[in-house]
Amino acid sequence: MPDSQLTAAHNPALLHHFAEPEQQRDAASLGMWVFLGTEIMFFGGLFCTYLVYRRWYFGDWGAASKTLDVTLGATNTAVLICSSLTVVLAVWAAQTSRRKLLIGNLLATLVLGTAFLGIKGIEYKQKFDEHHVPGASFSFEKIPIPGHPDQYANPSHAEIFFALYFVMTGLHALHMIVGIGIFVGLTVMAWKGRFSPEYNTPVEMGGLYWHFVDIIWIYLFPLLYLIDRHP
Amino acid sequence: MSAHTSSPLKTYFGIWITLLVCTGLTVWAASLDLGRFNAAVALTIATFKAILVALFFMHLKGASEKLAKLVVIASLFFLLLLLVLSMTDFATRTWS
Repeated sequence: MPDSQLTAAHNPALLHHFAEPEQQRDAASLGMWVFLGTEIMFFGGLFCTYLVYRRWYFGDWGAASKTLDVTLGATNTAVLICSSLTVVLAVWAAQTSRRKLLIGNLLATLVLGTAFLGIKGIEYKQKFDEHHVPGASFSFEKIPIPGHPDQYANPSHAEIFFALYFVMTGLHALHMIVGIGIFVGLTVMAWKGRFSPEYNTPVEMGGLYWHFVDIIWIYLFPLLYLIDRHP
Repeated sequence: MSAHTSSPLKTYFGIWITLLVCTGLTVWAASLDLGRFNAAVALTIATFKAILVALFFMHLKGASEKLAKLVVIASLFFLLLLLVLSMTDFATRTWS
């Protein structure tokens, strides 16, 4: 019998086209990192748009940025950071065969991820109430430019800020929803006892995705909420 | 590698606390008037946080495969190309 079949008998998770579990895991990891590389470029285009318009409509964007709710934004940052901790604990639990800790941390991640989306929803609701959603009912009248109390921001320039705010946070929220889907799947697999110290690649890869989405928010928070906070 | 020999829990909780402190720090720094340095300070703190997440939570620090690191460096290089070339174009145009 060839070696590979012998190994396969030892580890049912090993796919036949890989020589050994470690190779399988490294292939998954490389694939995940390449995917995250494409995601960096995907969000990179939006960050580039942000930079260009930020320079162009500096004061108007400052005025628009100041209307965002920093408390909710900071709370969401903390929620995501806590979820990153639960994710890394879940990966550790899977690698050290602590099934209860694994399921607990996966569930905690789901709760935190949902809390993030809930807080985001409250913020979106506020934007609708304040007519800060780009479109026919958009209104941004008589909002002074930071540092120039005698000048009002140009509403159509502020509208572009809010358009980008909704696209960037919306795309990020979409990633969160996908992440929650992934973690529901991981929770089911963990419940069925699929993971062991020898095989926990899905938890690890799901974790990489979750941390990446966290990093995107780590940049979105200061860029959108904080930059013109100062008096 | 998936096999970590010593318990990394201390590191994880330490990084978690640091990330939370940095979040507080960046909110506080945003309330100060640093002129043009407000953006620089905010982005420096954000980058510090992102590096901590990538190195310790995404295990880039102990990653055995050099390919993963290469992919990250290549991605960041292309992101830099995108941002720097776009901004040099934007900043040196004669329109206004």
